[in-house]
Amino acid sequence: MTNSDAVTGRTRLRRLRLLGGTPLVRISAVILVLFVLAAAFGPWLAPQDPTFGDLDNTLVGPSAAHWLGTDQGGHDTFSALIEGTRTSLVGPLAVVLSSTAAGIAVGLFSAWCGGWVDAAVSRVLDILFAFPSLLLAILAVALFGKGITAPVLAMAVAYMPYTARLVRGLTVQEKTRPYIAAYQVQGHSPVFTAVQRLLPNIGPTVLAQSTVNFGYALLDLAALSFLGLGVQPPTPDWGAMINQAQAAILQGQPLSAIAPATAVVVVVVAFNVVGEHLGDRLAGRES
Amino acid sequence: MALLDITSLRVELPGTARPVLDGVSLTVAAGEVVALVGESGSGKSVTARAALGLFPPRARITGDVRVDGTSLVGGSAADLSAVRSGKASMIFQDPRAGINPVRRIGDFLTESLRLSEGWSKGRAEARAAELLTAVGMPDPPRHLRQYPHELSGGMLQRVMIAGALAAEPALLLCDEPTTALDVTTQAEILAVLGRLQRERGLGMLLITHDIDLAAATSDRIYVMYAGRIVETATAAELFAAPRHPYTRGLLESTPTLDGPLVRLTPVPGVPLGLLESTPGCAFMPRCRHATAGLCDQGPPPLETYGTGAATAACWRAHEPLHTQEAER
Amino acid sequence: MSAGPGRVRAIARAALRRIAGMAATLLVTSFLVFSSLYLAPGDPVSFLIRGRSPNPAELVTLRHRYGLEKPFPVRYWNWLDGVLHGDFGQSYLFHQSVAAVIWSRLPSTLLLVGVSTLMIAVVGVGAGVVGALRHGTRTDSTVLLLVTLGAAVPSFVAAILLRSVLGVRLGWFPTIGNGTGTLDRLHHIVLPAIALSVTFMALVTRVTRSAMLDELRREHVEVALSRGLPRRTVVRRHVFRNALGPVVTVSGLLVSGMLVSTAIVETAFGMSGIGSLLVQSVDELDFQVVQAIVLLVVAAFVVVNTLVDLLYPLIDPRVAAAGSAR
Repeated sequence: MTNSDAVTGRTRLRRLRLLGGTPLVRISAVILVLFVLAAAFGPWLAPQDPTFGDLDNTLVGPSAAHWLGTDQGGHDTFSALIEGTRTSLVGPLAVVLSSTAAGIAVGLFSAWCGGWVDAAVSRVLDILFAFPSLLLAILAVALFGKGITAPVLAMAVAYMPYTARLVRGLTVQEKTRPYIAAYQVQGHSPVFTAVQRLLPNIGPTVLAQSTVNFGYALLDLAALSFLGLGVQPPTPDWGAMINQAQAAILQGQPLSAIAPATAVVVVVVAFNVVGEHLGDRLAGRES
Repeated sequence: MALLDITSLRVELPGTARPVLDGVSLTVAAGEVVALVGESGSGKSVTARAALGLFPPRARITGDVRVDGTSLVGGSAADLSAVRSGKASMIFQDPRAGINPVRRIGDFLTESLRLSEGWSKGRAEARAAELLTAVGMPDPPRHLRQYPHELSGGMLQRVMIAGALAAEPALLLCDEPTTALDVTTQAEILAVLGRLQRERGLGMLLITHDIDLAAATSDRIYVMYAGRIVETATAAELFAAPRHPYTRGLLESTPTLDGPLVRLTPVPGVPLGLLESTPGCAFMPRCRHATAGLCDQGPPPLETYGTGAATAACWRAHEPLHTQEAER
Repeated sequence: MSAGPGRVRAIARAALRRIAGMAATLLVTSFLVFSSLYLAPGDPVSFLIRGRSPNPAELVTLRHRYGLEKPFPVRYWNWLDGVLHGDFGQSYLFHQSVAAVIWSRLPSTLLLVGVSTLMIAVVGVGAGVVGALRHGTRTDSTVLLLVTLGAAVPSFVAAILLRSVLGVRLGWFPTIGNGTGTLDRLHHIVLPAIALSVTFMALVTRVTRSAMLDELRREHVEVALSRGLPRRTVVRRHVFRNALGPVVTVSGLLVSGMLVSTAIVETAFGMSGIGSLLVQSVDELDFQVVQAIVLLVVAAFVVVNTLVDLLYPLIDPRVAAAGSAR
C-alpha cells in the first residue's frame, strides 16, 4: 500500500469509532468499505480475467487456481465477483445521487411555496408512487433498448418521490422554527435560507433514507440484469452472473450463482444496517 | 377485615437506584374514602395498580396486597381474575387513552360481562344502559352505538366510571380521575363519583396530586413521597396540623380563595427520581428543616404523634411546631 | 349505525369523492403510459411495427392511435377508447390480440400471487405477532434477524437458492414450469410462491411487529386487563385488532411490487404468466403488450389502494370522521 492509502485507512478507522453503534454496525461499515475498494480497484485486484472462458475447466469447484470455482463457460467466479462490484455498485449510486438531488429540489420547492403549488406537486408525487421502479426500468428498456443508462434514469424518477416526500415533510416542520424566520427578517433570500441553512438540518435524515434506498436500487438493478435486460455480457455484473449461472445450478454446481447472490445480500444488509443506525442516531439526537 | 390491605409493599425494578415502592402500608375499609396524595414519581399510581395485581414488568415484589382477603402478590391467575372482575375496579386518568378508540362504547361496557361472565348480548347491553344512566348520561341507547371520538372528555370519563361499576366492585380505585379534564367537568365528575360512592357504599382509594381535592372528598389521607408513606391523618387533622415538612410544603404551595393573600412558596427542588437515592430521609435534599447527623441516618419510620391516629415519618416530627416555624 | 342518516350521507359523499379521485388518477396514469411511447426515438408507428409486417387494417388502427398526423389529445382519446373496450392492440409475437394473450396467461399469475399473498398474510403477520408478544426474548431477536435477512434477499436470489437446494439437491419440488392438473400445479407453485413472498414477508413482519408493540403499550390494554379479561382475549381484541390498520395499509402498497416481481420469479422458474410475458415482450420488441401490462399493473395498484382507503374506516372509525382528507 502507498503512504496515502495508509493515512486514509487510519482516518477511516477513526471515523468508524465516531460512528459508534453496535459491532454489527461497525462490521457493516467495514464490509461496505471493502466493497467500495473492490469497486474502485477491481480490475487490479482480480486474479484472472473474468471474461476469459477456460473451456477445459468448466464447472470446477473451489480450488487453488479458482477460489470460488468456475461457471459453465469456464469463467473464474472470484474474478467475476470482484470486477462485477464496480458495475453492480455504480448503477445504484447513480440512481440514488440523482433521485436524492431531484427529490431535495422538488421537496424544498414544494414545501417552501406552499399553497396550491404544494398541493399540485403532492398530487403528482402520489401518481408517481403508483409506478414501481423495476417496472419503470423495464419500460425504459422496452423503449430504449437493453443496458443500464435508460433504466438508471427511469429508476431515479421512481425513487425521487420518496425523497421528495421526506424532504417536503421535514421542510414544512422546519419552516415554522424561529431560526428560519430570523434569517428571513435579516433579509436573506429564500434560496439562500433554504439551501444554506435549512438543508444542513434536514440533510442527515435524508442521508439515512438514501443509504437504505441504495440497497433497494441495487436489488432492482440486479433483478433487471438477472432478467437479461440490464447489464449485457461480457461486462461482469452480479445480477447477470446469477442469470448466467442458472444452467450451472441445474448441473449441481451452484457456486457461480451463490457467490454473487451472497454478495448482493451482504451488501444490501450492510446498507440497511448502516442506514437504520444513522436514522436511529439522528432520531436520538433530536429527541 | 379491611377491604384493601397493603402491607409493607416493596416493588423494585431492575436498573434503578431505589425501589419504586419502599415498604408501603395502606388500608381502605368498606365504605371509606381514602386519598393517596403525592407528586408525579412518588409511586402513587404503582400503589393503586398494585391493588389490582397490575405490577410493572420485571418487578421484584415483597410484602402483601390483599383485597377482601385475597392476596394478589404471588396470587394465582384465578385469584387475580376474581378480584379484577368482581371485587375491585379502577378508573384511569385519561379516558381517551383508556378506552379503545376503534371499538364502540357498548363494546367497552359489555366486554367483560359477555366474555368473562358469559352474559348474553341483550342482558349485557341492558346493564350497560343502566350504568350509563347511573353516571348521568342522557341517552344511553345512542351512546352505546357511538365511538369514543364522538364524545367529550367529561362524558368519556363517565363512561369509564360506568365501565368500572359493571362488575359491581366493592372497591373503587381512582387514579387521578379528573386531572385530564377542565375545571367545570372536574366538579361534575367528582359529584358523580361522590354520589355513586355513597349510594353503593363503595370503598374508594383516590389517587391525586391535589391535596385540596383530597381534603374535600376523603375521610383519611396518606401522603406519599419517593415511594414511601410520609404522613397519614384524617382530612381535618392534616389541614389543622400537618406534621411532615413535605405535607406542609404541599399545603403552602396551593393557592386558596379564602384567607389573606400570601405569597406562595413552592417546595424547592425536584422529586427524587428512580435513579437517585438518599441514605436517610428521602425528602432531606428539599427540606428546610433538614439537619445533618439526624436526617441522613436512615429512613425515618412512620410513628404516631399526638392523641389521634395520625402518623408521620420525620426524625423531627416530635418537636413542637413553633421551633420549626422559627426556621423559616 | 350511530347518529343516523347524516353520518351515512357524509360517508357516502366521502366515498364518492375518493372514487372520483381514483378515476382521475387512473386517467393521468393511463395518459403517462400512453405518452411514454413517444420517448422512444423515431416515428412511433414504425417503432411499434419494427421488423414485422402487419395487415392494412391493423396499420390503420395504429395510425389512428399513435400516428403523428393526428393531434395528441385525439390520439390519446382513440387509444383510451380502445383500452376501455378491452382492445390493447395486437401482439406480433403471438399473432393474437394483446387482450387474448394476457387473458390466457393471467390465471397462472393470479394463482402465484394468491398463494404468495396467503403465505405473506399467515407467516408475515404471524411472525410479527409472535415477535411482539415475545419482545426482548431470543424469539424476538430471531424474528428481527430473519426480517433483516429477508428484506435483503430479492426474489431472484430466493429463486436460485430454492431451486438449487430444495429443487435440484433435495428434489422435493419441481423447478420448471406450471404443471398440469390441480395438484401438480400446486406442487409447482410452492417454490415460486416462496421466492416471491420472501421480501414482502419481511416487510409485513416488521410492520406487524412494530404496530403490535405500539398497541401493547397503550393504556386501554391495561384497562382491559384491569377488568379481569384474560391476556389472550385482550391481545386479540385490543392489541391485534388495533394493529391491523398499519398492516392493511402496507399490504395495499405491496401489490404492485408483487406483480412486478412475478416477472423475475416466473422467468426464473420457467413459468408462463404475465410476468414472464412482460420480459418476453421486451425481448421480442412487442411494445403493445408491454404497454398493456404496465397499464394493468399501475391500474391494479391504484384500484387496490383506493379499496384499502375506502375500507379503512371499518378498521379505524376515527378516519371516517376526518373525511376524505388525504
